[in-house]
Amino acid sequence: MSNVIIEALDIQLSGVSIISQLDLDVRSGEFLVLLGPSGCGKSTLLHSIAGLIDAHGGRIEIGGKDVTWADPKDRGIGMVFQSYALYPTMTVEKNLSFGPRIAGVARAEIARRVERAATMLQLNELLQRKPAQLSGGQRQRVAIGRALVREAAVFLFDEPLSNLDAKLRAELRRELKQLHKQLGATMIYVTHDQVEAMTLASRIAVMRSGQIQQIDTPATVYNRPVNMFVAGFLGAPSMNFVEGRLERVNGDTHFVAPTLHVDVSAYPFVNPPQHNLPTVLGVRPEHIALSPPSAAPAGRATIALVEPMGSNQIVWLDAQGVSLAVEADAQFTPALDRAIAFAIDAAQVSLFERSSQQRL
Amino acid sequence: MSAPPGRPSRITPARVGLYALLVSSAVFFLLPLYVMLATSLKPMEEIRLGQLFALPLHVTIEPWRQAWSTACTGLECRGIQVGFWNSVKIAVPSTVASIFFGALNGYALSFWRVRWAGALFGVLMFGAFVPYQVMMYPLVRALASVDLFGTLTGIVLIHTVFGMPVMTLLFRNYYAGVPSELFKAARIDGGGFWRIFFQLMLPMSLPIIAVAVIMQLTNIWNDFLLGLVFAGRENLPMTVQLNNVINTTTGERLYNVNMAATVLTSLLPLAVYLMSGRWFIRGITAGAVKG
Amino acid sequence: MRVGTQPAARRRRAVAAQLALLPMAITVLGVYIGTVLWSVRISFSSSKIFPTNDFVGLAQYQRLFNTERWIVSLQHIVVFGVLFIAACLVLGFLLAVFLDQRVRGENALRTVFLYPYAMSFVATGLVWQWMLNPELGIQSTVRALGLPGFEFDWIVSQDKVIYTLVIAAVWQASGLVVAVLLAGLRGIDEALWNAARIDGVPRWRYTLSVVLPQLGPAFGTAFVLLAVGVVKVYDVVVAMTQGGPGNASEVPAKFIMDNLFTRANVGLASAASTVMLLTVLALLLPWWYGRSVQSRREARA
Repeated sequence: MSNVIIEALDIQLSGVSIISQLDLDVRSGEFLVLLGPSGCGKSTLLHSIAGLIDAHGGRIEIGGKDVTWADPKDRGIGMVFQSYALYPTMTVEKNLSFGPRIAGVARAEIARRVERAATMLQLNELLQRKPAQLSGGQRQRVAIGRALVREAAVFLFDEPLSNLDAKLRAELRRELKQLHKQLGATMIYVTHDQVEAMTLASRIAVMRSGQIQQIDTPATVYNRPVNMFVAGFLGAPSMNFVEGRLERVNGDTHFVAPTLHVDVSAYPFVNPPQHNLPTVLGVRPEHIALSPPSAAPAGRATIALVEPMGSNQIVWLDAQGVSLAVEADAQFTPALDRAIAFAIDAAQVSLFERSSQQRL
Repeated sequence: MSAPPGRPSRITPARVGLYALLVSSAVFFLLPLYVMLATSLKPMEEIRLGQLFALPLHVTIEPWRQAWSTACTGLECRGIQVGFWNSVKIAVPSTVASIFFGALNGYALSFWRVRWAGALFGVLMFGAFVPYQVMMYPLVRALASVDLFGTLTGIVLIHTVFGMPVMTLLFRNYYAGVPSELFKAARIDGGGFWRIFFQLMLPMSLPIIAVAVIMQLTNIWNDFLLGLVFAGRENLPMTVQLNNVINTTTGERLYNVNMAATVLTSLLPLAVYLMSGRWFIRGITAGAVKG
Repeated sequence: MRVGTQPAARRRRAVAAQLALLPMAITVLGVYIGTVLWSVRISFSSSKIFPTNDFVGLAQYQRLFNTERWIVSLQHIVVFGVLFIAACLVLGFLLAVFLDQRVRGENALRTVFLYPYAMSFVATGLVWQWMLNPELGIQSTVRALGLPGFEFDWIVSQDKVIYTLVIAAVWQASGLVVAVLLAGLRGIDEALWNAARIDGVPRWRYTLSVVLPQLGPAFGTAFVLLAVGVVKVYDVVVAMTQGGPGNASEVPAKFIMDNLFTRANVGLASAASTVMLLTVLALLLPWWYGRSVQSRREARA
C-alpha cells in the first residue's frame, strides 16, 4: 500500500504561512498532479511530503506510516528535481547505487536493484557515463532510476520538464506516462503547465495561494470547474467569461447579457437559481459554433482577429467590447470585420456567481 | 492513530561541532586585532606585566600620539604621519593610473581588433605571476637612467606597471559581458575609439571600477617591497616606515607605540574592507579567476 | 565587427586602438619580457656591484648552489610552503563549507575570516612578532595564568621559527582560500543536497563525495595563488624575524634582495632570481595546461 494522507497541514516559511490546514488524500497507484501558478505553494507541499521542509502542524502519512517528523530517507519516497540533481562527478551506476551504499545494503542486492532499474529504464548502455554526457531524456530516466533503486513507494516530481524545449517536453511526457503504466507506482507531480497536467494525471489538484481549489479527474476539472480560477486556468485558449444576469421566466432560466442570451434551464444548479442574480457565463472556445445552420443563435458579433493553428483556427469575436474566442474548423473562411451569428452549446457552459466566483 | 513523535531536536552533535569550529576560528582570527588594540592603549608599566590578553587598566592614547608624531623612522623622529601622507601621495595617483590603463586595455582588447594584442595580453597575464625580484634590478637601472629612481613619479610608474596585468584582466572580463551590439550601435552613431571609451564604456563600468579601486587601494597601500626599493627616502610609504619604527629602534622597545603604529598603518585598508563588504570578495575572486 | 565606413576612417580608428594599447605593449615588452631577459643575461656574467658584459657560463649558478645561505633558504621555503599551503587549504575548506550551511551570523563570520587579508603582510608580521614575544607575549601570559612550564618561544628558536612564519601567514591568507572556495560552492546545484537527503546521505559524506570533487578547479586556483605567494614571500619575513635568528628563517626572496642591494652581488642575485622564475613556471604550466584541456573538453560536450 503506498497511499499518502495529509491532514490539516500547516507550513510556514520565514514566518509567512504558505499552506494552512490543507487536507489531501492521494490514492495508491494514482498519478496526482499538483497544478497551479508560481507561488501557489505546490512545490512547498511536495517538499514537505518529501521531508525536505518541516511542517508547523498537521500530519503526513505515507503507506499507513506516520512520517510527519521522519527524515526524507525514511519515508519510502524518491524525488525527481527540475535540474534532475544527478551527482555530476559520478557515473550513472554510482549515481544509482549511492543511496543504498550509504544505507549499508549488501553489494549483491545493490547490483540486483541497479540491474532491474537499468533494464526497466533502458539505461544499460549508459551505466558508465557521467551525467554531462547524457541527453535530457536520459538524465530524467537516471533520476527516476535513483528512486526505483531505493524501492520507493511514492515518486515525487518537481516540475521536471520545465527546463526543456517543447518537442523534448512532449516526448518525455509520453515516456513518463508509459512508465507510470508500467510501474503502477503512486506518483505526485508538480507543474504549472496545464497541458502536462491534463495528459499525465489520473487526478488533478488545482492549487492557489496554498489552498486546493479542486481535486478531480482531468475531465471533471476541465468540464465542471468549481470556480472561475480553475475554469480559467485549464484550457488553451482559456474559457470565455461573459458577465450578465439570470432571468427566471415562466419556470425557465435564461442567462442574459447585453450581447448574448442562452437558455440554461437544463443547467445542473446546486441551489435553485435566483432571479436577477449577477452571473458570469463561462464557455469554452470549442463549444461556440459560428453561423449555426439550424440552432437559434445566442448572439451576433464581429470577427476581429483570426489565428490559424494548422489543424483548426481560433476566431476572435468582438461583441460590443466583449472578446470571445471561438475554435473553428480549418476549412471555415471568416470575413474580418463582418458580423456573424454564433451559437453556444448550453449543455457545456459553466455558470458562476459574479462576486464569489463560485460555480452555481 | 498515535500522536506524532514531535519535532526532532535541531541540536545534533554535528551542529555543535560546526559552531565550535566557527567560533574558535573567529577567536583565532580576532585575537591579533584585539591584542594590537589593547596593547596600543596600555602604558608601558602594564605591558611589562606580561599579561598580553588583559584589558588596559589605564587606557591611554599617548602611544598613538607618539606613534603619529614623534616615533623615529630612521634618521628622523617625526612619527609615522610622514609615512601616512607619503602613502596617500603614492596610492591615489597609482590607483587612478593603473585603473585607467587597465580599463583602456580591457576596452581595446574586448572591442577592437589589433593583431598583436592577443599575444601580448597572454604574456601580460603570465607576467602577473613573475616574482618582483627578477625584474627589480633592471628596473632600478632603467629608472635611474631617466632620473626617476627614488622619486614619487617613479614609484607611481612602478605601481601602474605592476598593476596592469590584474587590472587589464578585470576590465577585459567585465567588458566581455557587455553586449557587443551596444558597441556597434555607438559606432553607427558615429563614435570613435576615444569617444566611445570616455562617454559610453567608462560610465558603464562603475561597478567594476569600484571593485578595482578597492583592490588597488588596498594592495598599493599594503605594499612594502616596491616602496622600499623605488620610493626614495623622502617618499617612503607607511609600511616601510612602520617596519623602521619597530625593527630598527635602539634602546627600550616601546611596544605600545609599536602596536599603535601598526594599527594606524592598517586603518585605511581595514576601513576600505569594512565599507566594501561583498565588493572586496568580488575583487579577490575576480583577480583569482584567470582568463 | 566591421561597420561600413570609409577606408581612411577605418584605418584611423584602428590606429587609435593601437596607440591606446601602446603602453601595454611597452610594459609587456620592456618590463615583463625585457627585464626578465636582462636578468637572465646578467646571471651568466660576473657582475658584482655593477653589471658587466662578460660571459662566465653557469659559474654564478654553481656559486649559488654552493652558498649555504641559499640552500638553507630553499629548505626553509619548501617547509614553509608545504605547511602553509596545506594548512590554508584545509582550514579554508572547512571554514568555507561550514559557512555555506546557513549558520547564524554568517555575514559577521565571513567579515572576521577575511579581514586579515586586508592587512599588509608587514603589519601581520609585526603583530605576530609581538604576540610570540617570549618575555611579554603568549608564553609569559599563559605562564602567569598558572602553567609555569609552558614553552612557546619558537620565534627565537632555530628549529621552530619557521613554524611561526607559517602561523602568521596562514592567519593572513586563509581568507583568500575561503573566498575562492565560497565562490566555487556557489556554483554547485542546490538541489543536489536535497537529492542526497532523500538518498539518506549524511552531511559530511555529502561534502566529501559530492561537493569536494566539484571544487577541483577552485582548489586548483587557490593552490596556484598560494604557491606563487610562497615563492614571493618577503614582507612577513622581514617584519617578523628578519630572517633570524641567524639564518634560521632565511627565504629565497630575501636572499635575492640582500644580494642585489646590500651585498652587491648582482650576478649571483640574478642567478637566484632566474631559479625562482623557473620554479614559478614549473608550478604554473601544468595548471594552465590542465585548465585549457578542461575548457576544450567542456566546449566539445
